[in-house]
Amino acid sequence: MKTLVLVEHDGKSVKDATLATVAAAAQLGDVDLLVAGSGVGAVADAASKIAGAGKVHVADAAHLEHQLAEDVAPIAVALMADHDAFLASSTTTGKNIAPRVAALLDVMQISDIMSVEGDSTFTRPIYAGNAIATVRSKDAKQVITVRGTAFEKVAATGGSGTVEAIDSGSASGKSSFVGAELSKSEPPELTSAKVIVSGGRAFGSSDQFHALLDPLADKLGAGVGASRAAVDAGYAPNDYQVGQTGKIVAPEVYIAIGISGAIQHLAGMKDSKVIIAINKDEDAPIFQVADIGLVGDLFKIVPELTEKL
Amino acid sequence: MKLLVAVKRVIDYNVKPRVRMDGSGVDLANVKMSMNPFDEIAVEEAIRLKEKGAATEIVAVSVGPAKAQETLRTALAMGADRAILIQCDDEVEPLAVAKILKGVVDEEQPGLVILGKQAIDDDSNQVGQMLGALLGWPQGTFASKVEVSGSDLNVTREVDGGLETLKLATPAIITTDLRLNEPRYASLPNIMKAKSKPMVVKSPGDYGVDVAPRLETLKVIEPAKRQAGIKVGSVDELVAKLKAMGVAK
Repeated sequence: MKTLVLVEHDGKSVKDATLATVAAAAQLGDVDLLVAGSGVGAVADAASKIAGAGKVHVADAAHLEHQLAEDVAPIAVALMADHDAFLASSTTTGKNIAPRVAALLDVMQISDIMSVEGDSTFTRPIYAGNAIATVRSKDAKQVITVRGTAFEKVAATGGSGTVEAIDSGSASGKSSFVGAELSKSEPPELTSAKVIVSGGRAFGSSDQFHALLDPLADKLGAGVGASRAAVDAGYAPNDYQVGQTGKIVAPEVYIAIGISGAIQHLAGMKDSKVIIAINKDEDAPIFQVADIGLVGDLFKIVPELTEKL
Repeated sequence: MKLLVAVKRVIDYNVKPRVRMDGSGVDLANVKMSMNPFDEIAVEEAIRLKEKGAATEIVAVSVGPAKAQETLRTALAMGADRAILIQCDDEVEPLAVAKILKGVVDEEQPGLVILGKQAIDDDSNQVGQMLGALLGWPQGTFASKVEVSGSDLNVTREVDGGLETLKLATPAIITTDLRLNEPRYASLPNIMKAKSKPMVVKSPGDYGVDVAPRLETLKVIEPAKRQAGIKVGSVDELVAKLKAMGVAK
């Protein structure tokens, strides 16, 4: 089988999520890559070094700078004449583009796969991760998005793909980029962080959230996350949200502080290797999934913990 | 501008789904069903656009079983003007839903279609984008802010790492994220009024769409459960554990 993986990048480097998607694709067959963007020579070079990379198809044009779905999808569709499966990461970029590719190919997409069980059989979470479905596609070609935390990433180097320029198509003219407001994330990005400290509504205010959590995260070299309740209350920006409707994370260590453990939050972090919970309510559901729990007042515990680390 | 807003009847988001012991799926018998939360946000956004004078009529549409009429009545009670149910008792996959909605769009000619970004049952996150592709329309997915300026829309999207704003030419597709708005509750008078608002029932065949599934579900299981671990009594003990794991020095 020949697969095509959409390379996710920021114009400069390949995002880690792509390495997990390549791992999923490699279980199906040969892996070709698609890099779409503007001035993406360096990204294409990096992509060609990904372990197992075959052909790296590069669509490099000014109108692709912001990777608008309307413009990227037709490029992938054209390449699919020669491929059996299209895979993208389950990120906001992949989720934005892949269904357009699927519809144009008249294929039913398989979203957010967690494992490859055969040429056309996969597992995927449904009902916010409360159930896992095994599905088999009857379509001739497949369009798939891949849950990054479910696959062991392939090496970013060691591959020897060949870079090939392809037709970049033209701008649809129906959508254009106005601006972006990216949160300045000095701590590691959540989906790739080894350690995450995450706060809930118990922090009481945005000031206290950052005053207490940021120094702790700093000590641990950790990323900072938040529950939906904390985000809704305005204590943390939207992209901090861990949960079924936010980010799905699976770090080595996840420290949940002042988070009760709603179903939708657990769905976003329960695959973490070790879960540590700090909560003043000893009956909080978070303790049912935590490997290590500490019952107490976070306003006392967090500063003490930060100091003693 | 006419607005089309798509809604789905799903398990209520407060209900914990139970997986059937025989692996055939999730047990929905005698379970509370509601409008998909992201679709409520879609209906609310449509109503706000109408209240601002940016829209003239709101048509709510659902693809689902006869009982989805209740979901459409909810949309009407919130403020939609009329409703279309494309009745289908079997589960309809996102691709087929998108094809049916394309048929509705061809008939109704809306300037904007607003949908939830995903349904909380199958978590596919596909219909809006697929509809955009089938129609050749631009899309603003995972929207947290929508502004109308002339015949264009400025849509702010929640993306990994922050927010992104796109300008879309209408007609266009928007899919809603959680923080776009807070949906209103329908008042009792509006619930009564909704009963007399027009609703038509159609079938996938009316739009020439084959809803035969492309995916076969082989089994549905519960995810592996985590076991509760230990509780430590003090910060010192926790620090010792973190050090033993190599997380702290």
